[in-house]
Amino acid sequence: MNGRDLFRTAVEAIRSHRLRSALTMLGILIGITAVILTVGLGNGAKAEVRDQIDELGTNLLVVSPGSTTDTSGVRGGFGSSSTLTTADAEALASDDVAPDIAAVAATGTTSASLANGDTNWTTTLTGTTPSWQEVRSREVTSGRFLDQEDVDTAAAVVVLGPDTADELFGGGSAVGREVTFDGTTLEVVGVLEALSSSEDTTYNDLAIVPSTTYAERLVGGTERASVSAIYVKATSDTTLSAAHQEATTTLANRHGTTLADADFTIATQESILTAATSVDQTMTVMLGGIAVISLLVGGIGVMNIMLVSVAERVREIGLRKALGARPRSIRLQFLVEASVLGFLGGVVGVALGVVGAVALPRFADARVVVSPTASLAAIAMAIGIGVVFGVYPASRAARLAPIDALRNE
Amino acid sequence: MSTPVLELVDVGKTYRSGALEVDALRGVSLTIDRGEFVAISGPSGSGKSTLMHILGCLDVPTSGTFHLAGEDVSALGEDQLADVRNRHIGFVFQQFNLLPYLTAWRNVELPLVYAGIDRTERRRRALLALDQVGLADRADHKPGELSGGQQQRVAVARALVTEPALILADEPTGNLDSASTQDVLDLFDELNGRGRTVVLITHEPDVAARAGRTVQIRDGSVWTAEPALAGGSGVVG
Repeated sequence: MNGRDLFRTAVEAIRSHRLRSALTMLGILIGITAVILTVGLGNGAKAEVRDQIDELGTNLLVVSPGSTTDTSGVRGGFGSSSTLTTADAEALASDDVAPDIAAVAATGTTSASLANGDTNWTTTLTGTTPSWQEVRSREVTSGRFLDQEDVDTAAAVVVLGPDTADELFGGGSAVGREVTFDGTTLEVVGVLEALSSSEDTTYNDLAIVPSTTYAERLVGGTERASVSAIYVKATSDTTLSAAHQEATTTLANRHGTTLADADFTIATQESILTAATSVDQTMTVMLGGIAVISLLVGGIGVMNIMLVSVAERVREIGLRKALGARPRSIRLQFLVEASVLGFLGGVVGVALGVVGAVALPRFADARVVVSPTASLAAIAMAIGIGVVFGVYPASRAARLAPIDALRNE
Repeated sequence: MSTPVLELVDVGKTYRSGALEVDALRGVSLTIDRGEFVAISGPSGSGKSTLMHILGCLDVPTSGTFHLAGEDVSALGEDQLADVRNRHIGFVFQQFNLLPYLTAWRNVELPLVYAGIDRTERRRRALLALDQVGLADRADHKPGELSGGQQQRVAVARALVTEPALILADEPTGNLDSASTQDVLDLFDELNGRGRTVVLITHEPDVAARAGRTVQIRDGSVWTAEPALAGGSGVVG
């Protein structure tokens, strides 16, 4: 019996028992769909985070005050005020001390309520320097960004995020108009370009003022020189680790601390990414586990139905043996049948998974990225399940004695 | 002289279940020559089914020797027995045993599939065999679309298709009405007339009477092996 005859026999047997075949496939199908969606959700979440981190800027290091310790505590600075200052930022910007650092932007941030007449909008107010634009790789769609003169004169100007401008000015042009914050009137000089792929609104909803304006006129306080974060851009991705090293040494020297008890933390995009995806990873593993279990259940379903099929077709098996089928032919026939069922279940499962990947984002806040490799692997897995769980029923069928089989009424 | 198609010498078959031993056949010696039409007859429990299984190479004897078409098949393994059945024996069963999801010609070609013959040749031979049983026009019908008599004729075509040394029919008329019974028996007559060796197992005396010779089995032995009960009266039933 050659391959084509085997295949034809299997397909005919499957077609002649449509309901039973469909039910057998169902188990595998659900499992494969679950696998495709799980992997897709995992990939989607990772891509999502990757996009967000990328929008932070490229080749970026983020220096924040305090340090996380091994016991997951946070070591704050004296009096719990920020331990980072504008002077730290200036030191990092020096080409002598840190040649691999291209640009540095110190930022102070606070939550602030801006007003345009009767319209109020609460946003994140950031005080920084013109280098922020380079460090964070952001464009301005209308007007201009802050310049050095704004900083030198502590000018009453503000650059708005696109969402913020929309909220305050209702879609009209914002440049040249005024907003008030805590009694101070600020002139809007520019609006940032929207980051379209980002779902994190803090990238599109923000207000940026010169660092001097922020510290001296708006927020003030005793710690005028302290900042909430320093963004450091390396000259290229190959110098990123060198830049990391330089920033660490410089800041440790300036603060007179050792690396072990540093009062600052330097995060790379990679470490932020790792932290952000670790939660998703846990969920992916969990969902993946469930998918594997459902595949296992599907496989047992295949075995069960194949055993029923063997019992039901005892006469057919006996007849085939009487007509000259060797045990091997019978075994192969049932194995091919099981793997064809597995294959069909796999293909339909992947198709449903793809449909789910398109449909799911419409109902839930989730991105599903279906990978072709995972789809092929899933189909191969489905065939494998058919084979593995078909072996036992197939060998049962092959072992049937033809006389017992023919005697069966 | 040609070798006999079947030659059983002192064949015994013992079934063992636990400590209990049952002798289904004891010392059966039987020779059937090429071109014979032999009925094997006997009441149920006589051992004729066991004999049929051994003749059909579906089972092996526990003692004695059995030559089929000159080949000693008493001690063959499972695979070789499958090949012997495929090459030398054409079965016709009481239940027809056609696969319901295959058309008539696909049922007929089944033995050729296991003989490893290619599809075009299989179809040609299957149609030829169907023609011999007068069902050439039903080749593409499924068994469910055929009458009982027609189904049994398809089964006969399947038995013929490999041109076997022996056609072994086990109660072939047990599920047929009297008209179809005559039909099928006429067909066996016709095949025998064309030189085929036919062995028919039956418990019905008037069916056995159609054969050229009747072998009576009682209690696992050949009761009489008298030659040619031609036009037999049926008293031996």
